[in-house]
Amino acid sequence: MPTLPKLPKPPQIGLLKGLGVTLKTMLTPSTTQQYPHVKPALPPRSRGVIALMEENCTVCMLCARECPDWCIYIDSHKEVVPPKEEGARARTRNVLDRFAIDFALCMYCGICVEVCPFDALFWSPEFEYSTYSVRELTHEKEQLRVWMNTVPPPPELDEGADIPKEIEEGLKAARKAAEQAAAAAAPAEPAPGQAQTKAGGAAAGGAAQEEDIHVEAQVDQEVFDQLIAEGKSERVARAKAKAAYVRKEKARIRAERAGEGS
Amino acid sequence: MTDTLADRETGVLPGGPGEGMLVELRDGGDIVTQDMNLNIGPQHPATHGVLRVVIDLDGEKITRAQPVIGYMHRGFEKLAEARDYRQIIALVNRHDWLSAFNNELGVCMAVETMMEMEVPERAQWIRTMFCEWGRILNHLMFVGSFGLELGAITPVFFAFREREDVQHLLESAAGGRLHFAYNRIGGVKEDLPAGFLQASAKLTKVIRARTAEYRDLLLGNEIFMARTKGVGALPPEIAMEYGVTGPTLHATGVAEDARVTQPYAKYGEIDVHVPVGTNGDSYDRFVMLLDRIDASTHIIDQCLDRIPDGPCNVKLPKIVKAPEGQIYVRTEAPLGQLGYFLVSDGKKNPWRLKMRTPSFYNISMISYLLEGALLSDMIAILGSVFFVVGDVDR
Amino acid sequence: MESLFDVGPLALSIGIKLLVMIGFFLTAPLVAGYMEHKVLAHQQDRLGPMEAGIGPIKHGVGQLVADGAKFLQKEDIIPAAADKWVFAIAPGVALIPALVILIVIPLGPGVFGVDLPAGVFFALAVSSVSVLGVLMAAWSSANKYSLMGGIRAAAQLIAYELPLVLGAAAVVLQAGTLSLVGIVEAQAEFRLFGIVPMWYVLPQAVGFLLFYVASLAELNRPPFDMPIADSEIIFGHMTEYTGIRYAFFMLAEYAGMVVLSAIATVLFLGGWYILPGVPPPAFDLWFIPGEVVAGLIGVGVTMGKILSLVFVMIWFRATFPRLREDQLQRMSWLVLIPLGLLNIVVIAIAKVFA
Repeated sequence: MPTLPKLPKPPQIGLLKGLGVTLKTMLTPSTTQQYPHVKPALPPRSRGVIALMEENCTVCMLCARECPDWCIYIDSHKEVVPPKEEGARARTRNVLDRFAIDFALCMYCGICVEVCPFDALFWSPEFEYSTYSVRELTHEKEQLRVWMNTVPPPPELDEGADIPKEIEEGLKAARKAAEQAAAAAAPAEPAPGQAQTKAGGAAAGGAAQEEDIHVEAQVDQEVFDQLIAEGKSERVARAKAKAAYVRKEKARIRAERAGEGS
Repeated sequence: MTDTLADRETGVLPGGPGEGMLVELRDGGDIVTQDMNLNIGPQHPATHGVLRVVIDLDGEKITRAQPVIGYMHRGFEKLAEARDYRQIIALVNRHDWLSAFNNELGVCMAVETMMEMEVPERAQWIRTMFCEWGRILNHLMFVGSFGLELGAITPVFFAFREREDVQHLLESAAGGRLHFAYNRIGGVKEDLPAGFLQASAKLTKVIRARTAEYRDLLLGNEIFMARTKGVGALPPEIAMEYGVTGPTLHATGVAEDARVTQPYAKYGEIDVHVPVGTNGDSYDRFVMLLDRIDASTHIIDQCLDRIPDGPCNVKLPKIVKAPEGQIYVRTEAPLGQLGYFLVSDGKKNPWRLKMRTPSFYNISMISYLLEGALLSDMIAILGSVFFVVGDVDR
Repeated sequence: MESLFDVGPLALSIGIKLLVMIGFFLTAPLVAGYMEHKVLAHQQDRLGPMEAGIGPIKHGVGQLVADGAKFLQKEDIIPAAADKWVFAIAPGVALIPALVILIVIPLGPGVFGVDLPAGVFFALAVSSVSVLGVLMAAWSSANKYSLMGGIRAAAQLIAYELPLVLGAAAVVLQAGTLSLVGIVEAQAEFRLFGIVPMWYVLPQAVGFLLFYVASLAELNRPPFDMPIADSEIIFGHMTEYTGIRYAFFMLAEYAGMVVLSAIATVLFLGGWYILPGVPPPAFDLWFIPGEVVAGLIGVGVTMGKILSLVFVMIWFRATFPRLREDQLQRMSWLVLIPLGLLNIVVIAIAKVFA
């Protein structure tokens, strides 16, 4: 005896709730940004294109080596720079001939920017550089310099974050300079005790005088011979001997001044 | 179940239309028709990416299904042998591209454990939070695409609107919207920008409100329920036999989650809720998605409360070399268990880096699930078995 | 009622009617299509076409015109294995019935082609012919996906003819006439409980629902678009079609939406009456005689009702996933047809005792 097939359940409220959701969405304004007329607001760390500050580049080739795709093409040559003074060594310098990034290969991973020790590469959020030909996607250093104009300053870090090393050192130096300025301004103030002032003044004067000691560097012959006997090279021995001479002279002058003071 | 044509009982039609056609005889000699062999994919709107499923159809019923993979094989494991660890991080986030951060984390954890490196607290909390944002990104995509394959064309736009918001937030910290490359050995690349934590807190609330909308639009919809309830039911034993992990496994009732059983990053110190289903059918798998999105927003809220001050990475030597040895690291990627087997011989490139990707094992059970299913159910099943082809083929 | 276009000799009136019909046929689906673009977009939290425009008006009004031009200039591809002639005329077979039905549908008082005494019968019978077009396209495409789409379509369209007819039959029973104009007039005279003038949508709510759901299924609109489910079988019977043939299929779909909504308006929503019992006013506007003004207002009212029904069709498309064919069939044979028969019985009893 064939049984009646199971009847489907009558539709319940779920269908109507779905209709409600779509109607509500229709009545609220859309979130679409109409792109060519409205540009997106990209965050500063956005990886759009890589910019090159040629002046900072020393052609160390770290970026080209670390790139996973090998899309950075660098050519350079060495140039000899005449020494500043007579008798000093001539220096050699790397000169950048070609720095090209092939953005058709680039993975936008950022390893090159991160690894550059001289801050020559920067990220920029610029993304509108599509071309009609793949070859034009290889940007040469002139084009990469142009992208520098679009590089934004880095964003402020979260409050819990560690302050970056460079900023911390700069802050320390500024704090020290402020302390010294305050200390230098202190003796100019009229102080209550006369004796204390004199002692403070002497100490301050001594300190001031110490900064003024200037000794002409000469080679301390004893130290020089000793170091040569130990087997150090002439250059090293000369440098250390000069430093020893300066140290001894300064100590002597300090002792003389202290003797004068007391 | 006959496998080859030679095994099947065959006969030849005499005279008339189809003369000489080789047909399969069933039911003791009554000729039916020849099963139609249909190729779903590799280019098909329903399969996520280039997955090919070769099916034998009897009318609308599938008698045999065979997934064919490899259309996106990029040779990552071979590439990894010639790249150092930072470059590997940049490459590995292209596997499960919907949640790129989770892929990077496994590699970093493997190397850090081998080098016995202490990752700063703040970095661990940031990593946990980003992993959960990745989970939300991944599941939102599948919420949208599952509805789309069943014919509900609206949730996909809502899901992508949410994804846009999350990607914009993550872009402010990492620089990229899809491939973050934010992890480094020993922490994260740079610290969070100001305002990130506040924006995160706001966004989790928005996402929770929107998942309520998805429940109204899809879960409660009778047509959706009729299409997915009872379809593609997977028993837990079979799931474990095939090595299925992640939301597909949780839907069958097994609460196996690496965040809970072998906690990494900061998962041991927070409350991780793992939603579990009952029947393992497509409906349960979809419920898993929405529940997991909600659970992830709660985890992110906990991270936002507890993230400490401090450094976000460790100063690395110029060349990072993992010491000799091998290690297997398990993480819970959004699609399932993601494992990295790293063998190092002391150099800066790994000697062997093998990935145990979740999607590879998740799709192996497609042939089990599709037998006996209707063609329209195939779409419901394929859409509910969450996989990313980049993860399958590497 | 006499048609407004019966002026002068037969040839002239036929010519005018043809022109008006073709004009309506070409513009109304465009309006429905534009509505689909924009309404669907806003329900999905996006904007829809914005750049294409006609003259100074942008916001995508010219999108479908641009699409038409695009389809016209495409290459006409017929697959090598396809059955050439059947393949070539299938879109026409799907499209022409929608045009033909327009002859009988009254859009306003006097605004119709011819008032056939068996208008409902004619309309429903002709609309079934487009099923043939679908089947022809599916079979001749020489494509497994198209074939599957065609088989699904055949089963679905046959299954949902019955609820369509049953819903219309109840109206015919209540109105007492098969003529579409007659049905509109009958609705004008109908009084609910003897006092309240009401259209047939209220006493025959079940019939209206039946007719509407069946017309969604006849048009292959979601949630009944399994035959053209684009995530499974690409595009069903239309997979192999490109260019102007594809445009004909799309036009057939939108024209079908408009036509079936028009039939539903006439049968259930009171046709051109502004409110139940309130006909469009006939006053002389400058040189335009009264009947023409009434006709124009009537057309406006009818178009408003048609477009709101089309809006609901689009709303359903945005919200609901697809029904599987067996669920589709089950719903038709086990739910809608018994309901339709019950509806007829109830209406008959009410008619006898009223």
